Amino acid sequence: MGWARVENRYHDDKVYDACGLFGFMDTTGTRQGGERIVAAITNMRERGNGLGAGFAAYGIYPDFAEHYAFHVMCRNEQARSELDSYLRKRFAVVHDEPIPYRHVHGIIDPPVLWRYFLLPQSAQMVGRSEEDYIVHQVMTINSQMEEAFVFSSGKNMGIFKGVGHPEQIAEFYNICDYRAYLWMAHTRFPTNTPGWWGGAHPFGLLDWSVVHNGEISSYGVNRRYLEMYGYLCTMRTDTEVLAYAADLLMRRHALSAELAAAVFASPLWGELEHMPEDKRRIYRALRQTYGPLLMNGPFAIIIARNGEMIGLGDRVRLRPLIAGIKGNTLYISSELSAMYLAEPGLEHTWIPQGGQAIIGRLGEPAKLAREHALQAACATELNYA
Amino acid sequence: MPEPIVMQAAPGSFSRSETLGAQTAQGLVELDARGSHYRELNQKLYELVQRGAERIVLQGVAGQRYLGTNLRKQVHITINGVPGNDLGAFMDGPFIEVLGSAQDGCGNTMNGGTIVIHGSAGDILGYSMRGGKILVRDNVGYRVGIHMKEYESVRPVIVIGGTAQHFLGEYMSGGVLIVLASQLGPDEYHPTRYVGTGMHGGVIYLRGRIESAYLGKEVGQAPLTAEDEWLLQHHIQEFAQCFQTDAEYLLRGPFVKLVPLTRRPYGQLYAY
Repeated sequence: MGWARVENRYHDDKVYDACGLFGFMDTTGTRQGGERIVAAITNMRERGNGLGAGFAAYGIYPDFAEHYAFHVMCRNEQARSELDSYLRKRFAVVHDEPIPYRHVHGIIDPPVLWRYFLLPQSAQMVGRSEEDYIVHQVMTINSQMEEAFVFSSGKNMGIFKGVGHPEQIAEFYNICDYRAYLWMAHTRFPTNTPGWWGGAHPFGLLDWSVVHNGEISSYGVNRRYLEMYGYLCTMRTDTEVLAYAADLLMRRHALSAELAAAVFASPLWGELEHMPEDKRRIYRALRQTYGPLLMNGPFAIIIARNGEMIGLGDRVRLRPLIAGIKGNTLYISSELSAMYLAEPGLEHTWIPQGGQAIIGRLGEPAKLAREHALQAACATELNYA
Repeated sequence: MPEPIVMQAAPGSFSRSETLGAQTAQGLVELDARGSHYRELNQKLYELVQRGAERIVLQGVAGQRYLGTNLRKQVHITINGVPGNDLGAFMDGPFIEVLGSAQDGCGNTMNGGTIVIHGSAGDILGYSMRGGKILVRDNVGYRVGIHMKEYESVRPVIVIGGTAQHFLGEYMSGGVLIVLASQLGPDEYHPTRYVGTGMHGGVIYLRGRIESAYLGKEVGQAPLTAEDEWLLQHHIQEFAQCFQTDAEYLLRGPFVKLVPLTRRPYGQLYAY
């Protein structure tokens, strides 16, 4: 019996969450420590229950910026050594080491955690692009090795996650010691499974990472659609489909974040009718082409990759997500209080309209995110006295 | 800081207003909320009120939930910082003033008392509110006034100075929702969609105009009566006094009055 099934003993593939999300990005690329993200996510204590927390950080491995950084978790040393020989046959391993951690009260039975800095070997890629080769290998490992998972596989970024409260996971991985220009965090409240290390957020593939609050009711149809493109869902949590859908739409099909958001949270048919003709044609075509990637149900998500951070809520806003800016840093959070803890000097905060993406890009002024939001039909600016 | 204005739930009749919190030195208590969990903070508030505190000033509030929930006395609480979700949930009596913005679920199932927000509020403000009053200076999020209700002469009131996001007054079954949209010119349209979806009681007044396509299927527009005018005048004057803004400008309207078309919009849903 596989590891996922042992820890996820009710075999749920869909978990109902009431989670907390936080993300921020310095669009100038200036890196900073993890203290503020830890303070922010820890403040949203009521949104999690200690059964999963995690962080994603971009720009943390400048010495290996051109190598794929694989973070792997294995149930035991034997599984790790099997994975090790598997990886060495298929990649040039430039460097590898245990992911540093310390013992934290309350964090029990952590898996064996290791990181590899890899380059694909072109002879083995057989017709695949470099990225597709990485996706293929991650899918193969995660679906076929029962006791080993690759939970982070991007360049110059990393995901750190596990079962515990966010402050415990932060301490466990020494999160404050990493320096990143884009930070993302999650605290999890699974309500009908015990929660397991692989099921904590963020979910990642290549340099994508996703944190999610809510429930993807369309998980079944999303998953079947993604399987046709070679993405296998192995983590037994609905959020996983978002990471793969992001990779398919924005990397392989080269859609912009704005258009991908219109696929995940497509405007309602009634709203399409009121759009100007040229805009309606685009949105209708997206809906017709990518109908199976519509994310139904209540959700708020943050998706990131190198150089880009995207916040998105469902079309009728059944989960909270707010945005703020200070200088060239864009903040996205489930709650306003957490945002103020991370940055007491916020200049603007707003509630985006449901289905309206909040987008931050490296090299673009953060204020663009606000300008785009206010162009939407109905965004609420939160004013501060 | 504006003078506290008291609008203790005066259901049906708007004459009964009383001044809260005699500002005696011994009645005023300052409390630092930094680092406190909400349970601890609410317990402290409860004890202070039991011991006779009349005015409490909270400093450094950072997301603590349910503030004011179990206080059944007419105490004046000023909040500095960002109060957490469900501020004033089930509240019955206190006057809460937030010097900033509130998060989601403010006034959840509130029974009596007043919440004044010198900023904006998030989603589901006044969720299932049963009595009392909420005044918001600026804007509010989604589903404000959802499931708001009234019983006989107990009638909750929400007045919003700015605009609201979608599903305003969703499933509303009682009470009064006033959206003043002070940033809109008199001929400008509200951006809010699905207004009054599922509404089957109560009344919504919007200053400015709204596209009929933006209304829920269960509401219709009705002409303003003399009683409506009187009610708007009362609440808008109170609002203007509270936030030191121009009542006359707001009272010029025009106003749209939205009422449910039926008391039981879904009565036939499963009956064929």
